[in-house]
Amino acid sequence: MNLTRRQALITALSAAAVAGILPRSASAQSLEDAMAAFTGGAEASEGGIIITAPEIAENGNTVPVEVEAEGAARITIFAAGNPNPGVVTFAFGPLAAVSRASTRIRLAETQDVVVVAEMADGSYQMAAQEVKVTIGGCGG
Amino acid sequence: MPGNARRATMAVLLAGTVMVAPALGDESAELVIDGQVFVTRTEAPEHMEYVPEIISGWVFRSDETQAVQMDDFDNPGMLYVDEGLDLWTQVDGEAGESCASCHGDAESMAGVRTQMPHVNEDGELWAMEDYVNNCRTERMEAEAWGWESGPMLAMTTMISYQSRGLPMNVQIDGEAQEYWEQGRDLYYTRFGQLNLSCANCHEDNYGNMLRADHLSQGQLNGFPVYRLKWAGVGSIHRRLRGCITDTRAETFGRGSDELTALELYVSSRGNGLSVEAPSVRN
Amino acid sequence: MEGVRPRVRVDSATEAGAVVEVKTLISHPMESGLRRDGDGNLIPRQIINRFTAEYNGEMVIDVTLEPAISTNPYFEFDATVPEPGTFTFTWYDDDGDVYTSTNDQSF
Ligand code: HEC
Ligand code: HEC
Repeated sequence: MNLTRRQALITALSAAAVAGILPRSASAQSLEDAMAAFTGGAEASEGGIIITAPEIAENGNTVPVEVEAEGAARITIFAAGNPNPGVVTFAFGPLAAVSRASTRIRLAETQDVVVVAEMADGSYQMAAQEVKVTIGGCGG
Repeated sequence: MPGNARRATMAVLLAGTVMVAPALGDESAELVIDGQVFVTRTEAPEHMEYVPEIISGWVFRSDETQAVQMDDFDNPGMLYVDEGLDLWTQVDGEAGESCASCHGDAESMAGVRTQMPHVNEDGELWAMEDYVNNCRTERMEAEAWGWESGPMLAMTTMISYQSRGLPMNVQIDGEAQEYWEQGRDLYYTRFGQLNLSCANCHEDNYGNMLRADHLSQGQLNGFPVYRLKWAGVGSIHRRLRGCITDTRAETFGRGSDELTALELYVSSRGNGLSVEAPSVRN
Repeated sequence: MEGVRPRVRVDSATEAGAVVEVKTLISHPMESGLRRDGDGNLIPRQIINRFTAEYNGEMVIDVTLEPAISTNPYFEFDATVPEPGTFTFTWYDDDGDVYTSTNDQSF
């Protein structure tokens, strides 16, 4: 995803979070709600998070995603274009060596994967990456 | 459909709907699992006139899909292998036998996958599923498993896994020849409204994009495969049915003589490629 | 739920304080509650909704899963092993079932 699009998204989302303005589309609204539930309404600033996901997924059923945010207490993944935006939340305990985790997720369509991290000091960081989902050709 | 019209159909299918850049993997990558190197490209068997080199479907997948198959832990198909191993020693049926009571260790099945399907004692062509069910009904006096049932998939995946890394080597001459010819005829028959044969996609156009999918040679050496789309393992006949249905044709049933003959012919186009079961595809 | 199989692979720590990579996979359909059966009826949701990894009773990672986690949930993460002991992995199913697996570390 190019930088300007990502920045645009993040700016829009965090502006909405700050001002309490709800974006128009239904799914964006529930993403906004889900984010607010995670951050308690606090603003998330960009950066501090590494998302590793394919630019193009061969199938939306099983998309590998890794998230890492140094020193984060919790990291959550949202899929803005799914029927429900929530995907997974990792809470790192005292014996987590790094605040990093990988999993496989379902993406209904091409969309932004949005990741929010709660840092040790209680602040929030966020990042997003677009994943294009392709539809396979053959075979039932 | 006249040749020109068919070429037009293929052109539309191949080019018309590619909206995003394809998810191409590294085509020169080597498939290595736990230090074992797999043959994913080799010289085509003599009987193939139009294709110089045969190539495993693994080569055509994206980096991410390739990677899942390269680590047995990451590969969810291995769950089926584990389940198959449990079933192997489970007593079932009136005769009070398990597979292990006659066959011993599951490792005794090494090599079996490389020769499937093959002609049985009565001169009929049988797929692995037929052999398993024959042992269950005739020898164990247990109920047959459904072709696409959980235990059948677990068992065929586990048996196939015992041949992992060995070259596919189905018999095509002698008593197998008539079935092989029937399968070859099906392979070159155009099906459905789209009027396409297997060869139109997997022989004429492998390496090209069909919609967003990178077309392979349609090889069977990876089966049973864990498909991301199915979120599970599926049989050879499930895939063959799917490919025929995609041309909008009526298709043959799982376990039908037609699909087993087609399985033999398609398998023979992969003679020399390593068994990859359980492979991972999109 | 019947027939659910956890699989776990953990590096072996060689000394106190070592960092080990943990991979876990469990066979589970993760039925999202959004799919319909052949007759058009919604198939009820049934997912693993929580997964935890602990070492000698201390938390490594506590994961909340939603239906958007793929069939056969897979996790990979890094743990610190402060002393010899045992990892305990626990998966919680919507139906109330709990599946566990352990891994011993001695060095
Ligand atoms: C009562 C003994 C007996 C039991 C029990 C039994 N089998 Fe067999 N099986 C045989 C014999 C005999 C053959 C034919 C000779 C051969 O190929 O080993 C055979 C053949 C096979 C073959 C074909 C092998 C080949 O080389 O083509 C497969 C596959 C097979 N059995 C799987 C199974 C499975 C799976 C089970 C358990 C569900 C099972 N068998 C249970 C006796 C048995
Ligand atoms: C319209 C084009 C088309 C036709 C016709 C077609 N297929 Fe396919 N087939 C595909 C696509 C697309 C895939 C998925 C990508 C790939 O592996 O090529 C596929 C996949 C396969 C696979 C899985 C390969 C693997 O590595 O797992 C097999 C086997 C296969 N096809 C066999 C056949 C057979 C046999 C026929 C004829 C009955 C056939 N196909 C007809 C498009 C087609």
